[in-house]
Amino acid sequence: MSSKIARIDLVSSHPEVYEPCDDSFALVDALLSDRTNLLDFHPRLCMEVGCGSGYVITSLALMLGQETTGVHYIATDINPHALQVTSETLKAHGVHAELIQADIASGLEKRMAGLVDVIVVNPPYVPTPEDEVGQEGIASTWAGGENGRRVIDRILPVADRLLSHKGWLYMLFLTSNNPSEICLQMKDKGFSARIIVQRATEEENLLVIKFWRDSPVQADTNGMVTTTKTEPFMAMGSLGSLFSRLSFWRSDNSSC
Amino acid sequence: MKLLTHNMLTSTVKGVVNGFPLRIEVEKTLEKQVDFSADFLRNLFYKVDWKALVEAAQTMGYAELPEEAPDSTVLESEDFLKKFHYALLELHLEEGNLVCPETGRKFPVTKGIPNMLLHEDEV
Repeated sequence: MSSKIARIDLVSSHPEVYEPCDDSFALVDALLSDRTNLLDFHPRLCMEVGCGSGYVITSLALMLGQETTGVHYIATDINPHALQVTSETLKAHGVHAELIQADIASGLEKRMAGLVDVIVVNPPYVPTPEDEVGQEGIASTWAGGENGRRVIDRILPVADRLLSHKGWLYMLFLTSNNPSEICLQMKDKGFSARIIVQRATEEENLLVIKFWRDSPVQADTNGMVTTTKTEPFMAMGSLGSLFSRLSFWRSDNSSC
Repeated sequence: MKLLTHNMLTSTVKGVVNGFPLRIEVEKTLEKQVDFSADFLRNLFYKVDWKALVEAAQTMGYAELPEEAPDSTVLESEDFLKKFHYALLELHLEEGNLVCPETGRKFPVTKGIPNMLLHEDEV
């Protein structure tokens, strides 16, 4: 299993770049648990928004690239040091992704609209004062403004634009980001959602949610409506009840 | 930066209408070997702006692609696919600039990474 994801000791670092942490591991675990579906899906173009250390995009490239050819990877970050570190991390694992210094996907939105099959995002999700959002350096990797939603809410419409008609989005959230509301917003854009990983750490409740375009006519092409062996299928209704359970759980543990 | 990526990038400076294709100023190019996948290339063929690719490749010193957009019958030609593969995926711009066709704004490419960030007054 270890050869299928990036090795921590080969992940490069820089003082102004976010190092792989619980959230990064949760996102990679989500991709791993969905790996069979991803291989069946056979994406052509995969993208990470905000690649940081490169741990996630490198892991994705290792996961998919070893058994299929003809998958192309693109990663963006606003921080030039992050792109340098990602470049080193990719190289240390012998995989390649095209790297672009961009604000989310600036410069790519027009021509890449509808072309991306998989997008992965570990956004700046931490609730902070609004004026901490978008500052230079390491703070930009986590500062998410009110409810941690400032950057998340900018990324979602971009993802909608970039994703192909069968595209998948994997995104990490905190329960305090109000993910059930996000799922409802995405439903209005035609996406279904499923929780792939949920994890409580000492400080935060993390969720990785997979969104996919809900197009019944296409349902046979890529297994979108099939359930994985390990994860129960979550319809929107059950998402809601799950979120309320999570928040209930959280209030139970408010001493944390 | 591959020419596939170049083919996907546009200038989004305020007031720009198309912003595509970005003109390439070459300081340094590289070749990086990439596994050949005919399937991948056939898929991309319909998504690439041909004229932009040909001009970019020529600027990078590769003039083997047909000037006129070929019809899809070329996708059966291994010779064509190999040239397409080389230009699109193996030829890299390592150092240089991407220049907005309308404003002349330069987006620098450093260590193969284009910087598409805009200044506040350009948004």
